[in-house]
Amino acid sequence: MKVAIIAGTPGAGKTSVLIHTIKTLINDGHKPVVVKIDCLYTDDDIRYKKLGIPVLVGLSKDMCPDHFAIYNFEEMVDWAKDKGDILLIETAGLCHRCAPYTKNSLGICVIDATSGPNTPRKVGPFLTSADIVVVTKGDIISQAEREVFRERVLEMNPNCRVYEVNGLTGQGCVEIAKEIIESSDIKELDNEELRHNAPLCICTLCVGETRVGKKYHRGILRRIDGFMKYEGE
Amino acid sequence: MEIREITIIGGYDKNGNPEPVREVTIKRGEIVGVVGPTGSGKSNLISDIEQLAQGDTISKRKILVNGKVPPIEMRRDPKKRRIAQLSQNMNFLADMTVEEFILMHAKSRGVYRENIVDEVIELANRLTGEPIKKDYNLTILSGGQSRSLMVADVAVISDSPIVLIDEIENAGIKKHEALELLAGYGKIVLVITHDPVLALMTDRRIVMRSGGMQKIVETTEEEKEISRRINEVDNWLLSLREKIRLGERLTYEDVTLAVKE
Repeated sequence: MKVAIIAGTPGAGKTSVLIHTIKTLINDGHKPVVVKIDCLYTDDDIRYKKLGIPVLVGLSKDMCPDHFAIYNFEEMVDWAKDKGDILLIETAGLCHRCAPYTKNSLGICVIDATSGPNTPRKVGPFLTSADIVVVTKGDIISQAEREVFRERVLEMNPNCRVYEVNGLTGQGCVEIAKEIIESSDIKELDNEELRHNAPLCICTLCVGETRVGKKYHRGILRRIDGFMKYEGE
Repeated sequence: MEIREITIIGGYDKNGNPEPVREVTIKRGEIVGVVGPTGSGKSNLISDIEQLAQGDTISKRKILVNGKVPPIEMRRDPKKRRIAQLSQNMNFLADMTVEEFILMHAKSRGVYRENIVDEVIELANRLTGEPIKKDYNLTILSGGQSRSLMVADVAVISDSPIVLIDEIENAGIKKHEALELLAGYGKIVLVITHDPVLALMTDRRIVMRSGGMQKIVETTEEEKEISRRINEVDNWLLSLREKIRLGERLTYEDVTLAVKE
């Protein structure tokens, strides 16, 4: 089974890009299935279901959606196994410090060109460890600015392939579909590894501490002056 | 690869009917106009060429380079695409200085030259009223300044054999100088325009309606002469505008002199 993981900033057009890509995959005789991971709410499953394909929704609630996607990787693959030949996992991402891509999946990062050419520097591993960077909304900025954006993406991730895609018309999605078809299969789930580690670790805030005072916090604590220490056992 | 000509293979209009014009070939040194009412699909035609569409856009048009389907790398990589486009979208969103932007763009195009920043800015300032400085933030540039900067950018950094221009008359810049700068020598130029002076400066014009290429009109000698004459009217209007800009007053004399000529 081929697995493509699609991550990206909110509103960049992940779902629109995927919908056009799925249409091409179906026309090509493939059987794609989709898992949509979001935090609190999504109605993207309605859009996917219109394509007549199996769709599964996962809401991560107060957990990082990328972490949630990783913990549930085996379940998603199991669910998809007898339903199709390509599993597309769309994950919302929150802080973009981690990347949900695994070594044998195809990592697709979707990013919006109107967010300005400094954005590729700000979003971290979900861009720097992606195989493919899809740049959307390029039609509403100048050619020069589009090219500068692309250059910044390549500065951050020199090995990726950059595609300019129009999420409204689907222009460029044929190439994305081709990349997915040509990607390698995931064979052994047991030994599948993440491409990039999750950021640092869980902190006391993550497990429910609400008090702000410094003395209540344990684990790896990073101070604003750059000093880092470990507090606890 | 030397680009000698491009061919547009017709697709479908907005209603799904095949475009009446099935094929147009534009050779080096030719300036072709694109005319038609707003919403008739002029910008889409230009963008099909910019992306070297291969039946994968709404119009289903195909673009051939030197009579052949261009290689995939040419479609993917702007360094190899060698098409410069001046679109209507010239609102800068990039939060950086003019200098940083020019340097980044030159890098993305693989252009390494000393003084490139000064070169672009100097050219831009020939086309606009209020000069641009290199430490200006892009986002504070006015519409005219942004467009002048883009014209200069196309002339210096994106100096490409194919130049696509989308309505520079709306730019509030010196359009004749701009077109001359952009057209250069031996380029393939497409200009979208509503302006009779610019439209008649071209060799032929593609007429668009409801998303399709309807017909091609060759510019006659008579029309070229008309273009020269309305150009004079245009310059006269510009001179009046300049006077007002400089805080002067217009008199009947300004108008009657022009009419007598």
